Amino acid sequence: MALEVDVRLIRRGRAIAARFTVEPAQITALFGPSGVGKTSVLDMVAGLVRPDAGRIAMDGTVLFDSAAGVDCPPEHRRCGYVFQDLRLFPHRRVRDNLLFAWRRLPPSARWMTPDEAIGFLGVGHLLDRLPATLSGGEAQRVAIGRALLSAPRFLALDEPLSSLDLGRRDGILAVIERIRDELRLPVLYVTHDPAEISRLQARVIELA
Amino acid sequence: MLSSEEWGIVALSLKVSLVAILLTLPIAYGLAWQLARGRFPGKVLLDALVHLPLVVPPVVTGWLLLILFGANGPVGRWLEAAFGITVMFRWTGAALASAIMALPLMVRAMRLSIEGVDRRLEAAARTLGAGPWQTFRSVSLPLSLPGVLAGAVLGFARSLGEFGATITFVSNIPGETRTLPLAIYAALQLPGGDAMVARLAGISIALSLLALILSESLARRGHRHAGGGDGA
Repeated sequence: MALEVDVRLIRRGRAIAARFTVEPAQITALFGPSGVGKTSVLDMVAGLVRPDAGRIAMDGTVLFDSAAGVDCPPEHRRCGYVFQDLRLFPHRRVRDNLLFAWRRLPPSARWMTPDEAIGFLGVGHLLDRLPATLSGGEAQRVAIGRALLSAPRFLALDEPLSSLDLGRRDGILAVIERIRDELRLPVLYVTHDPAEISRLQARVIELA
Repeated sequence: MLSSEEWGIVALSLKVSLVAILLTLPIAYGLAWQLARGRFPGKVLLDALVHLPLVVPPVVTGWLLLILFGANGPVGRWLEAAFGITVMFRWTGAALASAIMALPLMVRAMRLSIEGVDRRLEAAARTLGAGPWQTFRSVSLPLSLPGVLAGAVLGFARSLGEFGATITFVSNIPGETRTLPLAIYAALQLPGGDAMVARLAGISIALSLLALILSESLARRGHRHAGGGDGA
């Protein structure tokens, strides 16, 4: 159930190249200074940016292969992408944000019920709120819940702590550890903070 | 207050404008979408063509409609043969003329609201399993909807005031094509028509004000809505 990534991209004159494998029940951290292309790697894995060359495969299913001409669109990649800017839908309440992907899934593909996700993340009291009224930590939980309810085969988390003050980081880190240990998903995690890496016992892929 | 003839004029005006806007709405949205998002050769030309009715003398637009949709015009003949529809000297022709004149205003308002839709939200929808069409329906369209409504109301107001193209294309026929502005024009020619002019002008101003206020408040709501994409 590993995610294999090998991508190359030249963007705004900068060459981005990364090659790594993300194992299940393990957090793999993309580490490096800002501007080095960490988010671009996540975008390529999620199918939002097309690599110039390379190959991406999840558990043997090819998502992208420049040599074979395969480019699976984002809606079929089953990548649970939690964006740094969260991107909750501003016109929908928390409940509809959470269920956005879940409602579209065939029942056989779902592996988590809304009640499980809501309990897992502790967002039950927020369901009727609009995203604009949430605190940073609440919005972060909803964004993670929305991604989990899309029945992802792997998660991509882009600096999930960056918008939170120090006191709220622990709660989100605990959620991420539970995703690793209980859901046993491969997790690709972007950060520039060494403390997060050691706390999560993440395997480090350094981008430079 | 108003005579039954005057009520008839108001009703005809509302009917003509309503039909014009409802028919134009999907076309205007499609054009606005292409102008906001599309990348194709001739985009500048399309943009200019859409805006043409805004700057060309309305009598010219009316004359062009006459040539195209008249009894001997290519489109007019086809409409007659295929559907048995005649637009010349009919209220449907008045609706057509005011639709063309309202189109640029509607496209402008819609284009602005489409450009205001945060494309990062569309990308998020894609990663959540929504295909391009589902993303349009569940994210792009609702987020641009206030601008669409604002454009429609603005177009409706413009359509109520349409004069030059209408009188050129479908003439000034009582009960058929005599909308508010045309009725005011006709009353001005009548000795003793001043009171009627004043009443119809008052209604015109009131309807326009109402529409403009509604359109502006809708557009404002749209900016608030589509703005903050980070949700935090």
